[in-house]
Amino acid sequence: MNKKETHFLEYFTEWKYNSALETIEHANLKNQYDLFINGKFVKPSIEKYTNIINPATEDTITCVAEASEKDIEKAIKASKSAYETSWGKMPVKERAKYIFRIARLIQEKAKELAVTETLNVGKPIRNSSNIDVPLAANYFFNYAGWADKLEYAFPNQTPKSIGVVLQAVPWNFPLLMAAGKIAPALATGNTIVLHPSETTPLTALKLAEIIQESGLPDGVVNIVTGTNILNEAFVYHKHLSAISFTGKFKTGQWIQKTLAETDKKFTLELNGKSTHIVLEDAAINEAVESIINGAFINQGGFCCDGSRVFVQETILDEVIHRLKDRMATLIIGNPLDKNTDVGPIHSKSHLKTIEELIKNESSNHENIYRHITTLPKQGLFVNPTLFINSSQAHALSQQELFGPIISIQTFRTIEEVVDKANNIPYGLTMSIWSNNGSRAFGLNSKLKAGVVWINTSHKLDPTSPFGGYKQGSMGKEGGVHGLFPYVKF
Amino acid sequence: MFYDFRKTPIIDQAGIAERVARFNSRSIKKESKVQALKMALSMIDLTTLEGKDTENKVKQLCYKALLPHSALPQLPKVAAVCVYPNMVATAKRVLNGSMVKVASVATAFPSGQSTREVKIKETTFALDCGADEIDMVISRGEFLKGNYQFVFDEIASIKEICKSYHARLKVILETGELSTLNDVRRASDIAIYAGADFIKTSTGKISVAATMPASLVMLDAIKDYYFKTGIMVGMKPAGGISSAKIALHYLVMLHETLGNAWLNNEWFRFGASSLANDIILQLEKEEKGVYYSKNYISID
Repeated sequence: MNKKETHFLEYFTEWKYNSALETIEHANLKNQYDLFINGKFVKPSIEKYTNIINPATEDTITCVAEASEKDIEKAIKASKSAYETSWGKMPVKERAKYIFRIARLIQEKAKELAVTETLNVGKPIRNSSNIDVPLAANYFFNYAGWADKLEYAFPNQTPKSIGVVLQAVPWNFPLLMAAGKIAPALATGNTIVLHPSETTPLTALKLAEIIQESGLPDGVVNIVTGTNILNEAFVYHKHLSAISFTGKFKTGQWIQKTLAETDKKFTLELNGKSTHIVLEDAAINEAVESIINGAFINQGGFCCDGSRVFVQETILDEVIHRLKDRMATLIIGNPLDKNTDVGPIHSKSHLKTIEELIKNESSNHENIYRHITTLPKQGLFVNPTLFINSSQAHALSQQELFGPIISIQTFRTIEEVVDKANNIPYGLTMSIWSNNGSRAFGLNSKLKAGVVWINTSHKLDPTSPFGGYKQGSMGKEGGVHGLFPYVKF
Repeated sequence: MFYDFRKTPIIDQAGIAERVARFNSRSIKKESKVQALKMALSMIDLTTLEGKDTENKVKQLCYKALLPHSALPQLPKVAAVCVYPNMVATAKRVLNGSMVKVASVATAFPSGQSTREVKIKETTFALDCGADEIDMVISRGEFLKGNYQFVFDEIASIKEICKSYHARLKVILETGELSTLNDVRRASDIAIYAGADFIKTSTGKISVAATMPASLVMLDAIKDYYFKTGIMVGMKPAGGISSAKIALHYLVMLHETLGNAWLNNEWFRFGASSLANDIILQLEKEEKGVYYSKNYISID
């Protein structure tokens, strides 16, 4: 019996939470950051620096160097030299010690890293402290353990390191992604040139300081910052043996094309268009909680954000009602406040992209819902938006959003939702919500997604491989699979 | 409205635990903390349910209820005093005319192992003595046998009596004896549909008392009922809430599940005995900046 629920609850007017701000000084930021090459911070060959802003206030918090072609060449050469003279020849147990030391240093400087990440990305401090930093340390712990056990990762084969690796990470999980790439590459005996995102390089630069402190030999890890520096010369460089790229789809495609005639290995983690499938026997409150968490908290900046939600028609009204209700308890504001759920978008250009998308899609959706009436006066904020009655045809359902936006589509049968869920050029993560174990497992085997969560979402672990089907990703990261891109036999 | 209690409610235990963890991550500080502490104090049902209770013990508890901390006389009074039926008259003599209610346990508290007749008689007696509220227990044996109609009828019959006295009925589910959260939800629904004004977690007489997951399941049951009918039902976690910190966690959970309308003692209570003094300790600390020795705060 489906009686439509019409009553609404009201929150936060009787009892408002005071702000619980984390101290900015914990970030311990320098006024200026140089390039990290050959174990030292060196000035760029052309003295050009780019300002980095705090998206919550739009204030400039520091500036970072712009690497020129000369600097990139220097970094690659340093990597090559380190590979040939120190790291490549080091006994595996010694390598493990360095990686372990880096893990411990990340833990020691947890607060500094968390506050920096929040200042740079706009990520709520609760996320930075509870998810990003501990997971980053865990990646180093996990792969430190693998360094001297590689023959067990690949039975009947003798894995060998490959050389110099170029790694590029995006803006949404700067520290975590850097850890996810650096750790396995080091564990397998390779040296690295890391290129952090142009808007969010700060935690990578702090990682450089940690790497210095760990005593890691000069040149083993080099960090080059800059805008639009991933060009053909860089990617095609003769000393590079592999590329590991997480970021924009177009760039990934371009890398694939550019490397087509080389023997360089590559891992690409590009798009997700993550999906929730809510069956009629789902635990609705928990599904709603997970959907909101993924799409809104962290401002939808997950590649596995779960912004596309399929709801079985029998429970549609209930789910919509509860989504609206849950949105009423979201706190949007300064990400340094421990009570903030939704922070700002990390850059002006990305904010513009999201706002344009919302504007376009608003004109061809008849039912849109927002709870918040006033956004904070300062900062790059987007109002979390629910697009109800969406369809596969809408651009919203096909593009990855990276913003606090959810689109709801309905389905009637399992067959229908399988077809629709798979009807995208990518397949990274999906969540199935159902109380019926056999139905959930049955559905799981039909979905073309690299990671399927049942009755949960956004559970990542360094021991578990993460990657997708189709165009969204090539190669996996995490677990034993994460070692693959960095070895040869 | 027809509701089939035989259908097992869908509860995701891991999901519930995650929602609880998120509520507990809220940081309540400064004015919002003081506001919450005072709110919590006003929601306490000061309780004495011991074999060795005497009239004098009950009277002293009532005086504590009226004046929790003489050094801060402006602090709110507690919500109610909860006693056995034969102590109701004594409590009423002290509390009559004040805002503090007299709640009585009934229906063969805490086990509920008795006849319908005896339970009705006991309830009537307590109400005749002047009880404003009745805290009844459900028959857990019948519930676990699947005899949901029995449990429903029992609650409905006690509610009928309460209604005629204009008293409110709290129904104790004894969640510590129900094996799963699905059962907690089912018992909640039965109680709500049978007319409970409040659903309450525990008697406080067994080792497992109120827990946040069980309480969240109960809050969800109340929420679903409200969404469908617009009718409010109160909630009372009882037992094990010994510190202000835990109480604040419950208040955040209440706040972000049911919202403003429930943030008062008409719709939410804490069944606790030592909680009041820890709240007073915390309030003194917020004001004076230091923790007092416990000897500065009266025990009842």
